[in-house]
Amino acid sequence: MSSNNMNLTLKVWKQKNSQDTGRFETYQVKNVSEEMSFLEMFDILNEELIREGKDPIAFDHDCREGICGTCSMYIDGKPHGPWQANTTCQLHMRAYKDGDTITVEPWRANAFPVIKDLMVDRSSFDRIIQSGGYISVNTGNAVDANALPVEKDKADAAFAAAACIGCGACVAACKNSSAMLFLSAKVSHLALLPQGGPERKTRVLNMVAQMDKEGFGSCTNTGACEAVCPKEISLSNISRLNGEYIAAGLVSEK
Amino acid sequence: MKWSEFFTSSIGKKFVMGLTGIFLVLFLIVHVSINACIFADLPIFNAEDNGRMFNVAAHFMGSTVLIRILEYGLFIGILLHIVQGYALTVKNRAARGVGYAVNLGNRGSKWYSRSMGLLGTLILLFLILHLGHFWTKARFTDQLSPVTYNGVEMHDMFTRMKDVFASPLVVLVYILGCISLAYHLAHGFQSAFRTVGVHNKKYNILLTSLGYGFSIIVPLVFALMPIAMHFGWVA
Ligand code: HEM
Ligand code: SF4
Ligand code: FES
Repeated sequence: MSSNNMNLTLKVWKQKNSQDTGRFETYQVKNVSEEMSFLEMFDILNEELIREGKDPIAFDHDCREGICGTCSMYIDGKPHGPWQANTTCQLHMRAYKDGDTITVEPWRANAFPVIKDLMVDRSSFDRIIQSGGYISVNTGNAVDANALPVEKDKADAAFAAAACIGCGACVAACKNSSAMLFLSAKVSHLALLPQGGPERKTRVLNMVAQMDKEGFGSCTNTGACEAVCPKEISLSNISRLNGEYIAAGLVSEK
Repeated sequence: MKWSEFFTSSIGKKFVMGLTGIFLVLFLIVHVSINACIFADLPIFNAEDNGRMFNVAAHFMGSTVLIRILEYGLFIGILLHIVQGYALTVKNRAARGVGYAVNLGNRGSKWYSRSMGLLGTLILLFLILHLGHFWTKARFTDQLSPVTYNGVEMHDMFTRMKDVFASPLVVLVYILGCISLAYHLAHGFQSAFRTVGVHNKKYNILLTSLGYGFSIIVPLVFALMPIAMHFGWVA
């Protein structure tokens, strides 16, 4: 076991509920092993706070292996912390050294209201998916997987887009709080595959309409989203989304 | 989808931004080419042109119906671009009611890509001054001295340029205007093509390089005009 334990100062956003204005609280965490994950450090701090009879820090987490997308922490100005292509749950304390001060904030966007402390309500993403992020198939026997030929390049691009875990880091990083990287991943994933073909136009129109309704900003192509995305979703998906939307919007029947 | 729905959606608004941006880029190509005629008077060309080439080109730009129509188009385009640009900037800012204590800043994007509204405003201020210096004078007043070539009378814009750029302050403001334009286009050029849907990797790489080249060369040539006039390089 490593003996490189460190003492850290945490400045964490505390907010009772969505009505509370909220404020930063400062915490000292002692004896943090560099082998802990960032969330384990929070677990230890919370156990300490509970022992002292204080309110623990609320944060979202589930899989702790980089696949569910719930662990939303904005760490020292960067969603998911200092590492590239990484989620907060997979950030390890070896990224820090003894004596560091770490500032942790929730995702900030009107479309992601704070529920408590570092937890935000991301059901706006769910509603965007419900508005078209699926394919409609009649039930019956499953079709043989090889019955639909898919070009390898397109399958790869669709797969890369499908890697989006809906964490919302792209929104958190964007100066416009735009959800375009998320939406472009969802739209590209289905637009590139033959199964997505039949609903291709209505899907993109409905999903963009829902995104606008939720109060996300529009895209300025700054690239901040791509820079922080834990799944390295490419900015070129946004261009594809623009093309899909413009084509669908200009040639729609009505 | 109705037209109104398309053009009020977030992507529809950006589509207008991108199209008008590309249109303005095309205009800049024409504008810089015409004005570059003043460099016919550089001593290396030994032409003793006295601004004739430039005056004739500028006169042509004001004399045909087709170009008059394009002029209206240009004003509508600029207006759409400005109104839509501000509308988007305001709406985008409003999408985050509570900001961060620590910002991502340059770790995620270039400063000028986040400052399109500010850079656009500087261009707009410059544009007002610039139109006041030349366009309004030529279109609405008889303050410009005439010059006659082959029996055709026209404004002596060349002399007007020399007069305007006699002031070092004006030259400085024009240079700042060109720098704002350079940064606006360093992001805007490639962004506009992404906005209208160009997603092929090879085109995006090409357009990004082309955009950087354009945003350096065109504002530089523009900036050299007041400098050349001020220091009498073209006379
Ligand atoms: C000759 C003058 C101008 C040219 C060539 C130009 C060009 C462009 C281009 C190509 C874009 C990128 C569009 C996109 O991302 O889709 C853009 C964006 C923008 N322009 Fe201009 N522009 C000019 C003047 C102005 C002026 C006067 C303003 C004024 C207020 C302005 C404000 C903006 C803003 C705010 C954006 C960013 C919009 C966004 O991405 O959300 N521009 N411009
Ligand atoms: S695009 Fe990336 S940053 Fe955005 S929600 Fe998906 S995985 Fe998260
Ligand atoms: S907890 Fe699931 S991705 Fe981090």
